[in-house]
Amino acid sequence: MLVIKREVCGYCGACVSVCPKGALELVDAYLTVDPDTCTECGICSGICPLGALEVKNAE
Amino acid sequence: MQSKYDVLVIGGGPGGAMAGKAVAEAGLSCCIVEKRPAIGAPVRCAEGVGNEISELVDLDPKWISSKIEGAQLIAPDGQVLELNPEMAGNEVGYVLDRKIFDRDLVWKAANAGCDVFVKSRASGAIIKDGKVCGATIEHGGETFDVYADVVIAADGVESKFARWCGINTTVPMAEIETCVQYLMTNIDIDPGLNAFYLGREVAPEGYIWIFSKGDRTANVGIGISGKMCKDGKRPKDYLDAFIAEHLPNGKIIELIVGGVSACKPLECTVADGLIIVGDAARLSDPITGGGIINAMYTGKLAGEVAAESIAAGDCSKKTLIKYDTEWRNSKMGKALKRNYQVKEIFIKLKDEKLNSIVSSVNKLDMEIFDTKYLIRELVKYNPWLLKDIGTLKRLLD
Ligand SMILES: Cc1cc2nc3c(=O)[nH]c(=O)nc-3n(C[C@H](O)[C@H](O)[C@H](O)COP(=O)(O)OP(=O)(O)OC[C@H]3O[C@@H](n4cnc5c(N)ncnc54)[C@H](O)[C@@H]3O)c2cc1C
Ligand code: SF4
Ligand code: SF4
Repeated sequence: MLVIKREVCGYCGACVSVCPKGALELVDAYLTVDPDTCTECGICSGICPLGALEVKNAE
Repeated sequence: MQSKYDVLVIGGGPGGAMAGKAVAEAGLSCCIVEKRPAIGAPVRCAEGVGNEISELVDLDPKWISSKIEGAQLIAPDGQVLELNPEMAGNEVGYVLDRKIFDRDLVWKAANAGCDVFVKSRASGAIIKDGKVCGATIEHGGETFDVYADVVIAADGVESKFARWCGINTTVPMAEIETCVQYLMTNIDIDPGLNAFYLGREVAPEGYIWIFSKGDRTANVGIGISGKMCKDGKRPKDYLDAFIAEHLPNGKIIELIVGGVSACKPLECTVADGLIIVGDAARLSDPITGGGIINAMYTGKLAGEVAAESIAAGDCSKKTLIKYDTEWRNSKMGKALKRNYQVKEIFIKLKDEKLNSIVSSVNKLDMEIFDTKYLIRELVKYNPWLLKDIGTLKRLLD
């Protein structure tokens, strides 16, 4: 699953523009992910300027 | 908020503000919705613009942090290329204070008669028989359906509206510049100069900028290609290393992050009932990342074309395409096309080759600054450039 580290994220929207599935959105200064749409491809975590995103395997 | 406007604008950045103003000035009803609680904040920009901004608005001194008279390009080996006003072209102009500038542009739209709602987020598109007819807006804890003859998507780099209308707006990973910027004080800078540090070591497939915000204060930032960004090599890592070396006594009073698209513009920037402007249409410059003026120009054009189409009673793609054709044929459209190809050549250059180019430009007689002379001399010192020179020459002519 895609984990958003809120304490690291700067709410810039860069990840939103690269997600090929349109799974991310900035809502009320929070980045949200639609888990049903996200394919966990990791593209967004690759480009985040601060490293606020991580694809983690579910326990 | 009315349930029907002639034009609904999504986003209150420079693109949306200019669109709203143009529509209202044409005497039509218009509404700008901006999801953030304040226009212009947080800034997410280095705030540099060229002199040509005054072709779009009368500059107000309170928008300006610094007037810029020249630029410095710093090669990977530290050689400095000084660009005076004649040569620096777009790099000469102003560093704005966008918190004030963006707010004033929306103010101008409001004064012209446009409705403005902040903390109002578009959360979906209303589409009927394939035509965009409005948007669902979340405002004050309620959800409204707002209809319009034309919707202008001015929702910036994180744009979702066009995607909700079925247009693929994804920026390829290799073509996003991923950026971090500090507003720094207590640094030694020349307030009339902007500096650009080039090279794979400092900023792979991008650059570090120091844009003056006045005495001893500047926006110091970096953009690198998305494909070069990884753990331990994030933009922040490069920027912190640069600051430790070059500006160790500086104090950081603001941190912002952002993304800038360096891809080609969207294949088509209109659909039935829809016009896409500025960053949402991927119109920032692929070399510099600058997008303020492009957003303002396309916003204004979108507002004018929307108003004309409404007057003609036809807001189909066939009529709105005038907007797409006009910006592509404009100075801006041609520059975007050319700069995309120039970028493709320059991002492949190794640091030694950049050093060699800067060193040979430094040997040029700066009084004769025409393209043919520039290319002839560059090839003399850098014969390896011949491979790309045909393309470059065509692009520069
Ligand atoms: C680090 C960095 C440095 C930059 N430096 C420069 C520079 O020096 N010079 C330059 O010219 N350009 C620069 N740019 C680019 C410049 O900031 C943009 O090109 C410009 O702001 C684009 O204007 P716009 O109106 O298209 O979009 P924006 O200014 O991004 O405005 C879009 C607005 O839409 C709002 N919005 C988004 N979604 C919704 C929604 N669903 N509902 C309602 N509102 C919504 C957003 O909150 C935002 O306010 C830089 C960008 C970055 C990230
Ligand atoms: S790119 Fe990173 S900092 Fe920007 S919104 Fe996405 S997670 Fe947050
Ligand atoms: S992991 Fe891939 S699909 Fe999921 S949000 Fe990130 S970019 Fe989108």
